[in-house]
Amino acid sequence: MATIRSRKFLLPAAALSVSLFALAGCGAGGSDSAGDSSDADCADYESYGTFDGAEVSVYASIVDLEAEYLENSWADFSECTGIEVAFEGSKEFETQVGVRAQGGTAPDLAIFPQPGLLAAQAGNLKPAPQAVSDLVDEGWSPDWKKYGTVDGTFYGAPMLANIKGYVWYVPATFEEKGWEVPTTWDEMTELTEKIASEEEEIKPWCAGFESGEATGWPGTDWVEDAVLREHGPEVYDQWVAHEIPFDDPRIVESFDRVGEILKNDDFVNGGFGDSRSILSTAFAEAGQPVLDGQCAMHHQASFQAANWPEGTNVAEDGDVWAFMTPPVDPAAGTAITGGGEMVGAYADRPEVVALQTYMATAEFANARVAQGGAISANKGLDPALAGSDLDRQSIELLQDPTTVFRFDASDLMPGAVGSNSFWSGIVNWINGSSTEEITQSVEDSWPSS
Amino acid sequence: MEDIAEKGLQVVVGLAVFAAIIGLIMLVVDRAPKSGREKVQIAGFLAPALVLLAFGLVYPALQTSYLSFTDRNGEFVGLDNFVWMFTQPEALVTLRNTVIWVVLVPLLASSIGLAYAVFIDRARGEKALKALVFMPMAISFVGAGVIWRFVYAYKGAEQDQIGLLNQILVWFGQEPKQFLLDAPENTLFLIAVMIWIQTGFAMVVLSAAIKGIPTEIVEAARLDGASAWQQFTNVTIPTIRGSLIVVVTTITIGTLKVFDIVRTMTAGQYETSVVANEMYTQAFRAGEPGRGAALALILFLMVLPVVVYNARLLRKQKEIR
Repeated sequence: MATIRSRKFLLPAAALSVSLFALAGCGAGGSDSAGDSSDADCADYESYGTFDGAEVSVYASIVDLEAEYLENSWADFSECTGIEVAFEGSKEFETQVGVRAQGGTAPDLAIFPQPGLLAAQAGNLKPAPQAVSDLVDEGWSPDWKKYGTVDGTFYGAPMLANIKGYVWYVPATFEEKGWEVPTTWDEMTELTEKIASEEEEIKPWCAGFESGEATGWPGTDWVEDAVLREHGPEVYDQWVAHEIPFDDPRIVESFDRVGEILKNDDFVNGGFGDSRSILSTAFAEAGQPVLDGQCAMHHQASFQAANWPEGTNVAEDGDVWAFMTPPVDPAAGTAITGGGEMVGAYADRPEVVALQTYMATAEFANARVAQGGAISANKGLDPALAGSDLDRQSIELLQDPTTVFRFDASDLMPGAVGSNSFWSGIVNWINGSSTEEITQSVEDSWPSS
Repeated sequence: MEDIAEKGLQVVVGLAVFAAIIGLIMLVVDRAPKSGREKVQIAGFLAPALVLLAFGLVYPALQTSYLSFTDRNGEFVGLDNFVWMFTQPEALVTLRNTVIWVVLVPLLASSIGLAYAVFIDRARGEKALKALVFMPMAISFVGAGVIWRFVYAYKGAEQDQIGLLNQILVWFGQEPKQFLLDAPENTLFLIAVMIWIQTGFAMVVLSAAIKGIPTEIVEAARLDGASAWQQFTNVTIPTIRGSLIVVVTTITIGTLKVFDIVRTMTAGQYETSVVANEMYTQAFRAGEPGRGAALALILFLMVLPVVVYNARLLRKQKEIR
């Protein structure tokens, strides 16, 4: 009996101490908010008017440090206009935003990370005010405006952007071995073959697609990059809109182009095992062997910069650097894929419109980018404010009028494909199925209506 | 602070409304005419529960049923979702896997649990031996999934293994294996996790039932010269039959609904999906609530006979007593 009693007491005590630790952790994390908002110059914000005691709720998938940066970027606006911004970030955003809208507790503003999600919510959203529309016409390319437009009605201004398709490498190793950064896809393949045949310790590539229930998405990025670079933006758009079938010979060709690298045991997977180990390697850890010298290259979006261990110097002459996945035909110019967020409004109270308008301006983009770790495609953005060399390079790429930019294809496709069968298709493909089988089964899963 | 005060007020008001309704029901029931008072009382006290059941269970069930006949735009499509379920290769794999789960898990978990219970009955250190097998019961399915994913973890042959099973393979000079990637045996490796959890439950219930067998019967059998095996098949099994069926049906229901293990270990990839997992995937990830609802309905229909059988058996046993 005595043992039972003591055990009874022990468990809650243990639970309590664990939760206390957790609380302490939270407290420590949240205490260092920026206190530099007092010297705000309110003249910039006069046009929005002043509001007394007004509150705007903002809901997003952005959490932790990034959420803090975001809140800092409207701190001045909030202080000068008197609009209190109640921000809530949640990793469940994608499913919860619909539930909340349906349940009558929609936020005033929601930051959608995928155009498809915004389109699904279009019935509940308010069309964007004219001022926002004008700002977007001025600051972004028409492509970007399209991502916030559903059936001809413009709902959401783009907020931030990210660039996919970077290939990460260690500059010192490249220099030491005499490898050149490839400028065409063929050169990239040659380099891959060269490394595979000449080096015993180094595999050309490392890759990891494991991401819990979303396993496979880094593979869709590979394929999207290949389609855009090999067949150009027109085919890419047709592919996304299902004007050509998913198993179109051109798409199959791009799959095979990627498969030549990823499905070859000699080319992957440095530090992890054979080609199939891509599936059991977490995407955030997959780049590590580049630093350890077990593989030469790693294909991942600009946010990979945050996945390197603390203290890693991301610079052209630093520990690690990245080049953009090269074009198949250099004459076609630079083509890049990427993602971004759109701000949609569920309410049209004056204070909501004011914040929505502010978030569409170049001032907001500058304020956010200056905090670091983010970029935007707003033309009014000053690249000098970027937090790192890579961010600066990314901004310049986005602002370059000759750059062909296309939104992440899987984010634009219907959910049944883009966040389901395309992912599982990639998984089965790496696991051994043929390209024809996979593209066929994804095509079959495309919703008929 | 204002928030807390407001919420506190809401709770108080809610409780007051609840008390008022109950008070009203009691008042009405008490004032009922003497002739039919018993009926009024039954109706009066059952009504709130029935209303809650209707809103919380019957209505959603009906809505799900309706949903299963609609597509993702909410338009009526008849039996399309069910046709999809029984024709698409991916959906068929899901059904096949669920059948494999539901055959293997109750069978193996119950037999292993029973064998263990019989072997350690009155053995030395019985409590400790029981605790050992019962412990996995205390771990959540998600936790178990995470633990076993490490057990099955794979690293290339030239790397250091972090997975227990692959390390053992390497010690024996074998190549490490991708346990969770190779269909169809990966489903068996997932099933092992469920058996690991459920065996403890079977063992504890059956052990208690074995201890409940009257000693006279056991002694009589022994005096009659029955061997251990004869005792087991002719005395133990018939006497604990009721508990055995409860254990098997309970594990069957749990297995039909299995979700967390598959979700955490493979997310239904590599042909390991089961109905409950596919239901979630279709409804919330693929944005096909109709297909999800259809799967939910099928799951309900699969569980129903087991539940009915279980309930009827329990009632029968009560009658015997």
